[in-house]
Amino acid sequence: MKLIIAIIQPHKLEDVKRELYAANVNLITVSEVLGHGQQKGVTEVYRGAKETGNLLRKVRLEIAINENFVEPTINAIMKGARTGNIGDGKIFVVDLPRCIRIRTGEEGREAIG
Amino acid sequence: MDMINSGDTAWVLLSAALVMLMTPGLAFFYGGMVRRKNVLGMLMQCFAILCILSLQWVLFGYSLSFGPSTGFWGGLQWFGLNGVGLEPYADYAGTIPHQAFMIFQAMFAIITPALIIGAFAERMKFSAFIVFTLLWAFLVYDPICHWVWGIGGWLRNMGALDFAGGTVVHINAGIAALVMALVVGKRKGYENKATPLHNLPFTVLGAALLWFGWFGFNAGSALAANGLAVNAFVVTNTAAAAAGLSWALLEWIFNGKPTMFGVATGAVAGLVAITPAAGFVNVISAILIGFGVSALCYFAVSVIKPKLGYDDSLDAFGVHGIGGIWGAIATGLFASKAINAAGNDGLLLGNFALMKAQLVAVLVTIVYSFVVTFVIAKLVDKFIGLRVSEEEENIGLDLTQHHERAYTILE
Repeated sequence: MKLIIAIIQPHKLEDVKRELYAANVNLITVSEVLGHGQQKGVTEVYRGAKETGNLLRKVRLEIAINENFVEPTINAIMKGARTGNIGDGKIFVVDLPRCIRIRTGEEGREAIG
Repeated sequence: MDMINSGDTAWVLLSAALVMLMTPGLAFFYGGMVRRKNVLGMLMQCFAILCILSLQWVLFGYSLSFGPSTGFWGGLQWFGLNGVGLEPYADYAGTIPHQAFMIFQAMFAIITPALIIGAFAERMKFSAFIVFTLLWAFLVYDPICHWVWGIGGWLRNMGALDFAGGTVVHINAGIAALVMALVVGKRKGYENKATPLHNLPFTVLGAALLWFGWFGFNAGSALAANGLAVNAFVVTNTAAAAAGLSWALLEWIFNGKPTMFGVATGAVAGLVAITPAAGFVNVISAILIGFGVSALCYFAVSVIKPKLGYDDSLDAFGVHGIGGIWGAIATGLFASKAINAAGNDGLLLGNFALMKAQLVAVLVTIVYSFVVTFVIAKLVDKFIGLRVSEEEENIGLDLTQHHERAYTILE
């Protein structure tokens, strides 16, 4: 089992969701986060006080999947989130030792889907 | 000799303050409807209009609009309020200081371009917006205002009735909004989708401030604290109530549930529609005007707009354009000399002449506003560019146009 964590542009969320559904990946958790990579953030000015390098809004996706869904999920996120510009985000794939469904107590492959 | 009446003066000054509050009210009405990365952009455009057009009005706008003249504009004899003093000017209002009439009218000149911004929400460049707004005030608002309300204005002389600005304000701004939606183009990523409202309570607060301010807009247009003002006050509240309720009922029938957004939208549409009629119709007519406007605007924004595919993002045309046209026609239908001897009888009382004048005024406003707004928009687009870049649109107007953000996520 793998956990895929993706950081994407907020305005690409709809596109990514559409691609994930098309790839039959229906279980995602979405949260709002702040961050910046090479994009170096934005400048804000409040009553003349300038702040540079402030963090940008991003969206973080978490998707727990079985091995056979790893490549389709990565492809779907790439397809939905890519604009070709700096700031498109990253995808992290990490091993997932356990997964438990709270309602039934099921574990592993059954619990994940 | 004209005498200043203290009651009349107090009411008109208070009404001017009420109408002033409508522009920030509109800012919240619209601001709640946009995504949160654009809310300051919306509020900023309304406040910028408050500042810029207040100055334009006292320097040029009032003279161009209300200076006595049979020409295109009212002329510049009242430039910088030269000759607009503290004595009454009987041709406009015989019992209040001329400057009280001027500042009341200033608030109308301010809110009209503010109505348009709903059409290009979330994608207009701030610098281009300022230039567009100023040109529009000089070339569209001031001439039409002069024709309908100014001494010597040709639509006024023809007998068209517009009590508080259905033609000058709402049709005018509504048509300009349609043009801007077409010229600026659709928002990215929300083609033919409902606007994802970021703060519906803001929108409801804005609608409530508009309803409150509209008592000044309509009842203040009597320009005196008299029975006519009371009639306008009562029919204004009645039409807003009828339209808010009927919009909710339409949603209940067609979508299964009545919505808060629907009631707020319907109430504003009702206020738009009663505006030209407020000084000429009775309360039963006001109820019919309210029911009629909900049906028409609901149809316009939920059926016609998606079919035609233009992105009038916050329905400035769908509510103010369509509602204003209905209001002007309804004035031609329901007006009665029994309410206002200075008015006229409508079609239902057997007088066709008023309806004819109303239709001419509506058509002239539609054609003039459409053509001139289109030319201004194209010029500004050529020299400045109307739209922000794609990247700026993605990040939002708050950060890219103003370097500030409305909400924090982390402390």
